[in-house]
Amino acid sequence: MTGEMLKPVIAVTDARVSFGAVKALDGVTLSIMPGECVGLVGHNGAGKSTIVSVINGGLAPHEGSVSGEGETIARYGINAARARGVRCVFQELSLCPNLTIVENVRLMHRQLGGFGWRRRAKAVIEASLDAVFPGHGIESDRTVGELSIAERQMVEIAMAFSDAGIAPRLVILDEPTSSLDASLAEQMLVHVRRFVKAGGSVIFISHILHEILTTADRIVVMKDGRIVAARPAAAFSEHSLVEAMGSVVKGEARRRTARDLGAAPVVLEQAGRGLSFTARAGEIVGLAGLAGHGQTRMLMALHGANSSDWLPARDPAVTFVAGDRRLNGVFELWSILRNFSIASLGDMARGGFVRTGDEDARGAEWKKRIEIRTQDMTNRILSLSGGNQQKVLFARALATRAPVVLMDDPMRGVDVGTKQEVYEIVRQEAANGRTFVWYSTEMEEVCLCDRVYVFREGEIVAELAGDAVSEANILAASFEGAAA
Amino acid sequence: MRTRISADAVRLLIPALSLTVLLAAVFWLQPRAMSYVGLNLLFNLAVPIALATIAQMLIMAVNDLDLSMGTFVSFVACVTATFLRDAPLLGVLILIGAIGVYALLGIVIHLRNLPSIVVTLGMSFVWAGLAVLLLPAPGGQAPDWVRALMTMKPPFAPIAIVASIVIAAVAHLIVMRSSLGVLIRGVGGNERSVERAGWSVLGARAAAYGLAGLFAVLAGIALVGLTTSADANIALRYTLLSIAGVILGGGEFIGGRVSPIGAVVGALTLTLAGSFLSFLRISPDWQIGAQGAILIVVLALRLVLNRIETREKRR
Repeated sequence: MTGEMLKPVIAVTDARVSFGAVKALDGVTLSIMPGECVGLVGHNGAGKSTIVSVINGGLAPHEGSVSGEGETIARYGINAARARGVRCVFQELSLCPNLTIVENVRLMHRQLGGFGWRRRAKAVIEASLDAVFPGHGIESDRTVGELSIAERQMVEIAMAFSDAGIAPRLVILDEPTSSLDASLAEQMLVHVRRFVKAGGSVIFISHILHEILTTADRIVVMKDGRIVAARPAAAFSEHSLVEAMGSVVKGEARRRTARDLGAAPVVLEQAGRGLSFTARAGEIVGLAGLAGHGQTRMLMALHGANSSDWLPARDPAVTFVAGDRRLNGVFELWSILRNFSIASLGDMARGGFVRTGDEDARGAEWKKRIEIRTQDMTNRILSLSGGNQQKVLFARALATRAPVVLMDDPMRGVDVGTKQEVYEIVRQEAANGRTFVWYSTEMEEVCLCDRVYVFREGEIVAELAGDAVSEANILAASFEGAAA
Repeated sequence: MRTRISADAVRLLIPALSLTVLLAAVFWLQPRAMSYVGLNLLFNLAVPIALATIAQMLIMAVNDLDLSMGTFVSFVACVTATFLRDAPLLGVLILIGAIGVYALLGIVIHLRNLPSIVVTLGMSFVWAGLAVLLLPAPGGQAPDWVRALMTMKPPFAPIAIVASIVIAAVAHLIVMRSSLGVLIRGVGGNERSVERAGWSVLGARAAAYGLAGLFAVLAGIALVGLTTSADANIALRYTLLSIAGVILGGGEFIGGRVSPIGAVVGALTLTLAGSFLSFLRISPDWQIGAQGAILIVVLALRLVLNRIETREKRR
């Protein structure tokens, strides 16, 4: 399909970028042809985000060049990239929450200005939303802060595909489906294929491998700042992709052996609409169902019912691992160590003063135990990649003495290798008698649980245990009412 | 549709409601205030405060805070009562220069990544010093045109009301409707995404500070128009009044959530609170405390409404 006549939309030649001693990009050559969807996969810190920054103009490579249409562009920057129709949907949501959707469109499209821009911006975004997510039901004069996380992601994706003077030619999607449920993700993937068929180009980054395999024409695998494999998608399978990434993969996430926990004491109970919720000591309880059907609210209710509003308990009953790291997970200005120790300061303090020796020792122990990739625990938390930040949040929760850990879809946008490591930790801790209540949007994770509650429209509609925990059963329970 | 209206309305509802309640109370205590002259007397000191509040709001829209507002307005007042009257050209140049300094502050704060509180706190001493150099003792005189402007008697509504409406309308146009306003609020909301869209955040911040300087200059001029003479300490209260006005009007310290109409209403409310307490014959010793109490009540009300709103949203 890449005929001799076609010239790449953007080509990066031998790009090198290093941050201090770390080589983020070590000679990457990548060209994106028109009418091509390139899947980009790689382990955490493989350089995916860096190559994306180079292509969208946010970062000038220290060596190497960027060319468009076969000509080298001397001063390639954000504006040059946008003028060529390069658009980007970032992993973390990046709209202005205080502005309306229309105003965000105005910011995103610089050429929209002039009298009457509100009307034009409204037309642009509504056309695009209708095209990508038919039947979306989002009004374009709403403030972004009022939208749900899935709606924000939809707006952001629609924004990237919108045409306001400069048509999008290369759209970079960095984990675009992480907050979307299956049907919305499918709508988006359909649009990606339509866009590519019409001659547009897409760089698609996702940790959900089957999305990549079914959507991309060509898959580029990165590792340690280099491209280690680039082949047509048909030449890869899920297994060979993971193998090419070279992460510590133990095949499919192994189902835990069924354990009989009937005798274990009940540690959590919550009655609500639908079935009531119980969790036993040492159990991993999954909360499944379509995104936004009341799972997070259940976790908040469990947390609220088991902790005091006024005073921190000496022996906390529950601890929480947040899903939205940036919103309610990390303290951005603090060091890794502080971020880790905040939940268990009570254990490391005497007479109201923190014993820094204890804190350092605990930090070092957990750094080793869950392999936080940093030289120094006193580095700023933001110096870590997303996956490692999430590990710190896990360590924060696990280091407390709380017997119950609530997890609110904590693996969003975390790479495969880190996931496997965290699964292993969860398994060990559960074997030691800890209880996990785990909301996840990924089927693979739900299938790791001993018992699963499936949510629909704010209530628990099904309880699956042991061998009944399977993708088919969960899907059936999530869609049961919707189909009727 | 319904939620959108309620979210926006709640932001304006509280300031509007508190202003109405205070006004009703004042009219009840002193029915003679319910006249053209009475209203003007009640509100004319609100005009410079409203302008200063808009200035502060522009700075708060980019997640910064200006602690030099009071001394800057005092400095402008001193320039207005001296140079602007005696040597208009030089006076205008000084004021334009002062606006330029404000824009420069925005640039320095952005480039060096400094906390705005520290920089403006430092600048407050500079402005105060300059003001004392200009007018070591209270004095000077307002230029005639400024005086004429502030004592104008338009038909139907007193100048204080007309001016407040004009200020609110102009600020609304700039901050809420124009592209520049969207850009400034965007910087407050999510600086990184504004940068990624190819805008110059530096430029946006400089524009916000420059505009703030312009409104603060207008505040100083308006103040001298009312008081006829100036003093180096004439507007020291404005720093906190302007911040309180923005918050009272539904604005927030961070996140680019501001409301120009709310800010003007907030400034009016604050001024009226002072008059209300005088009408109640509360001794001046207690007035500042009582003013604070009014502020706390209003803000508590807003908090309660916010809670109700989020609870409804969750339902």
